[in-house]
Amino acid sequence: MAVKAVDGVDIDVAEGEIVGFLGPNGAGKTTTLRMLTTLLKPTSGTATVAGFDLAKEPVKVRKAIGYVSQSGSTAGIARAGEEIVDHALLYGISAAQAEKRGKELFDQLELEGMWARQPKTMSGGQRRRLDIAMGLVHDPKLVFLDEPSTGLDPQARANLWTHISDLRGKLGTTVFLTTHYLDEADALCDRILVIDHGVIVAADTPDALKRQVAGDLVELVLASESEVAAAASHLGKLSSNATPDVDGLVVSMRVQNAGAELPGLLRTLDKNGVKLEAIEVRRPTLDDVFLTMTGRSLREDA
Amino acid sequence: MTFFYDTWVIYRRQLRLALRNPAWVIIGLAQPVLYLALFGPLLKPLAAQIGTANAYTFFVPGLLIQLGLFGALFAGFGLVSEWREGVIEAERVTPANRAALLFGRVLRDLSLLLVQGIVLIALGFAFGMRGSLLGMLLGLVLILLLGGACSAASYALALTLKSEDALAPILNSIALPVLLLAGILLPISIATGAPQWLVTVSDFMPIKYLVNALRELFVGHVFSITTMWGALWVLLLFALGIFYGTRTFRKDNA
Repeated sequence: MAVKAVDGVDIDVAEGEIVGFLGPNGAGKTTTLRMLTTLLKPTSGTATVAGFDLAKEPVKVRKAIGYVSQSGSTAGIARAGEEIVDHALLYGISAAQAEKRGKELFDQLELEGMWARQPKTMSGGQRRRLDIAMGLVHDPKLVFLDEPSTGLDPQARANLWTHISDLRGKLGTTVFLTTHYLDEADALCDRILVIDHGVIVAADTPDALKRQVAGDLVELVLASESEVAAAASHLGKLSSNATPDVDGLVVSMRVQNAGAELPGLLRTLDKNGVKLEAIEVRRPTLDDVFLTMTGRSLREDA
Repeated sequence: MTFFYDTWVIYRRQLRLALRNPAWVIIGLAQPVLYLALFGPLLKPLAAQIGTANAYTFFVPGLLIQLGLFGALFAGFGLVSEWREGVIEAERVTPANRAALLFGRVLRDLSLLLVQGIVLIALGFAFGMRGSLLGMLLGLVLILLLGGACSAASYALALTLKSEDALAPILNSIALPVLLLAGILLPISIATGAPQWLVTVSDFMPIKYLVNALRELFVGHVFSITTMWGALWVLLLFALGIFYGTRTFRKDNA
């Protein structure tokens, strides 16, 4: 039985970009990544990865790219440094150069003193950074990271994000990463591709995607029931294509560019004697984007 | 040429990891040694009936085959756990020669098998085995060919299945009939009272010819028709195993 995990995906990534591939579990992210890294042969289609034809020149593609999979890359009972060096040797790098580069990467990725450690004795975050070092030891122009922060605690995640942005910032590496965390895509990526059921449903910068969700959510909490209607009517004037939702004492609506509109709205409400208990403005999240694009929330699957 | 270099890199890494955990090498050897110590004495009084002057010269070749067959057949389990740790994918994403990923591992198995075989032969001498040293050396070569065939095939099967649960029943269903029908422990022949049908079935077991060849070699019959048949069969198995293994490792979607 053939399962179509990915069906007609078109991707363009420019040099030096950090691109996020965002989608729920089972959307086809890893499958796409395995195809782009020569681990899986696509049934049809073409791709140029790091300047080489994926189908015709897989060895040249492999030389130019690094891949950090979610399942790891080292044997638990090996020594971290030996794994790095052996991995580099398979790229045709000399043992001396491999050790030099490996130690540099250990310093950069805060793995000092781990050279002789066994990966099985490392923490999740350390092991993930070791995997990244494995993927970088041959200085690839393009790195694929599959769910880099899955299973890490918040502190280790934040730390990992710094290292990933440094890849581009300090080494000029192009980064292509998959994630099902919105905050991760938001924090790291220049551009986001949203994939669902094997199809790309949106591709843009995080901010542009968020703008597509018709603005920021403005929430007014009124002091008394009698003023709800007035507040709703004033709020409603800020948008021609949306109507305010009323829920008890709370009136809310999506407003384009709420930051600019808010001072005026507050003055108007004040002038008309409408008293507010509280006001809240929520920038749209990528979760809102995903919901708008697919009708489903990312969190339902995560 | 990158094939030989990559094979060497993989081999060296595999050997290093195996030696870091030598328990497995010892456990692999434990089974034939236990057979030698616990089953050998039972064969001793039967030596005349089997048609051999020395029960151990008859028995050790069978144990060597068992060592080569079983140790190597179960090599695939190691590959499944390597797969789970992401090591196989990490290697496949490098420009390394695909066949080298297989050959480095097979050579590691053969190195361990060679050491185990020598230890087993040495123990055989301690128990009273006597025979031709040249024949034993040639016998070891045949065992290495058998081990190479089994380990290559086992790795290929493991790479295809990627699951211990699927691998175990398949390997067991191969190993047990071979063990029983190849005459590894006791000879299967009319002369020793085996029923005709059992002899006929065992004639279809290539390993039986290898067992017979090894027994001939151990008593010094280097150039006999029996040893030729055994060598021929093991070469064929070796070629098949390497072919299957290489083809699987070279596949794009392995």
